[in-house]
Amino acid sequence: MKLRKNEVHGREKIDVPMTPMIDIVFQLLVFFIMTFKIVAVEGDFDINMPQAAQGAPSTNLQVPLTLKLKAGPTGNLQSVSLNNLPPFEGTVQQKFAKVQTELVKSLGIADGPASSQEESEIEIDADFQLHYRYIIQAITAVTGRVDPKTGEVQKLVEKIKFAPTSGAG
Amino acid sequence: MKIQKKKAEILEGDLTPMIDMTFQLIAFFMVLINFTQADQNKKIQLPESELAKPPEVPFENAITVQMYEDGNLYFDSQDYTFDGIKPRLRVEQQIADDYNKKDGGVKGVTVIIRADGRAQTGKVQQLIKMCQDLGFEKFALRAKETVPY
Repeated sequence: MKLRKNEVHGREKIDVPMTPMIDIVFQLLVFFIMTFKIVAVEGDFDINMPQAAQGAPSTNLQVPLTLKLKAGPTGNLQSVSLNNLPPFEGTVQQKFAKVQTELVKSLGIADGPASSQEESEIEIDADFQLHYRYIIQAITAVTGRVDPKTGEVQKLVEKIKFAPTSGAG
Repeated sequence: MKIQKKKAEILEGDLTPMIDMTFQLIAFFMVLINFTQADQNKKIQLPESELAKPPEVPFENAITVQMYEDGNLYFDSQDYTFDGIKPRLRVEQQIADDYNKKDGGVKGVTVIIRADGRAQTGKVQQLIKMCQDLGFEKFALRAKETVPY
């Protein structure tokens, strides 16, 4: 009976030494666990800004757009206004959402490849001490939006430029 | 004799499932490990944006300038003051012009700006201006990707 137990399928099992392999495998596993760090995915907003073009008026502009961001004394966002419209009301998110709505109204949302979005250009005029994250929020609101239904990115304004800094203060 | 031999054998559990799992784990960590982003500075809290998608093609020529909350800069594993970085960037510009002619020299180099979300906007703009004065034309403002819910 005992003999049979070891001969399950009628032949003897060949013993491969597993221990060294498992040792190495665990070493590898520990190495990868130790060096592993969770990094949030990062992305970029590309801005093309040649020296000469700065401040120079663009010729093919259909709608001149200026986004004015005013900062409070601590660098927090105080008011957002687009062109000559009165400043938008609400929380920071609501303000930028309104900016986006306004832009969608004036430009329409990009469906095809060639549209008014590619031509349009917006100038961001921000106070010196404004926190940089509001700029990113503004650029996010201005460059496009994530379609709530499909989850795809719809493009709005393609070109972004910065107004010259209004000095430290 | 045969019975004797089997008796001496060490009792062994089945190791195959464990090894399978361990290899799975190793494969998982190997895929997720990312050495290229090792130069990110942990002190910098990037601003968040839902549109900040990682580029499909990585930049061919790029330098990364990082800005702390207080406006000081970090470049090539070294800290710089705001004014102190200009000579270093000029070196970078010369290298680009000398060795990178076919891609348009310094014009083909992208300056990736990783600025802290709490840094002053004016400082970032001054940095861009400084780079423009040196001849850089392409910029990329880096942000952390947030998943929209």
